[in-house]
Amino acid sequence: MTAYILCFILFLVGLYGVVIMRNLVKIAISVSIMEFSTFLFFALLGFIDGGVAPIVNPAEPDKIYVDPLPQALVLTAIVIGLATTALLMAVIIRLYRKYGTFDIREMKNLRG
Amino acid sequence: MDLSISIILVFMIVGAIYSIHAKDLLSAVITCGIVGYGLVICFLLLKAPDLAIVQIVVETINLIIMVAVVLDSSREERYARPDSKGFVSATAVFVMMAVLLYFFYASASPLDKLGTSTLRMAGPYIEGAAAKTGSANLVTGVVFDFRGYDTMGEAVVLVTAVLGVLTILRLKGKK
Repeated sequence: MTAYILCFILFLVGLYGVVIMRNLVKIAISVSIMEFSTFLFFALLGFIDGGVAPIVNPAEPDKIYVDPLPQALVLTAIVIGLATTALLMAVIIRLYRKYGTFDIREMKNLRG
Repeated sequence: MDLSISIILVFMIVGAIYSIHAKDLLSAVITCGIVGYGLVICFLLLKAPDLAIVQIVVETINLIIMVAVVLDSSREERYARPDSKGFVSATAVFVMMAVLLYFFYASASPLDKLGTSTLRMAGPYIEGAAAKTGSANLVTGVVFDFRGYDTMGEAVVLVTAVLGVLTILRLKGKK
């Protein structure tokens, strides 16, 4: 239970960064921190005490394996996380070239 | 297991907080690596070697992209004096975080304790998976066989993201 709570606190730290920070690179970092905490939560849910990694060894058939399904889902999500981070950084570098700053308060067209 | 994971998680949380508040953008980006590589250790402890391998590669590429962006621009982070608007939004964020934490606790308490998870979905996947898919690694079997359409969707997302990056970086800005 402690691990679950700490995992969610890591998510909240990322959320805090997204909402409070005014620097685009810091916002990108916070988004990836939120992603990481979600991956860890999925991996925690599939863990079984005394289980082994889900790789079948024909010599020892009767083993407890940890749940392979969350691992497969996270494997997909990690790669997609890399793609979104790359896209985010591309947008950020374009904005920097246009406005000359990472500060979102100084980009007048982004004011909402 | 709960204890060792918690120790690494505390380490990761401290790294994340420092990374968010660092004055220099380059040190913020590199400190973000603490979180990513701490995650690799957690995956190894949780018996997920595939995830650890993928995460270490992805985190390295991630760091390279971010460092390239920061080195290509400015490293300074300007801090403005906290004004009343910032104070209001900070208070709102902390209230929201407390509420979210409460609801997470309420929804996570009925979950299985760490390490006592039961196989619900994955039972049929594990039984005879090696014979059905021909892959000794069950994760690979799930990713590429039982859930092949998911993987195809992932590949589509990747291609779209690469196309997006190329489009954004090649476009000449309108004057």
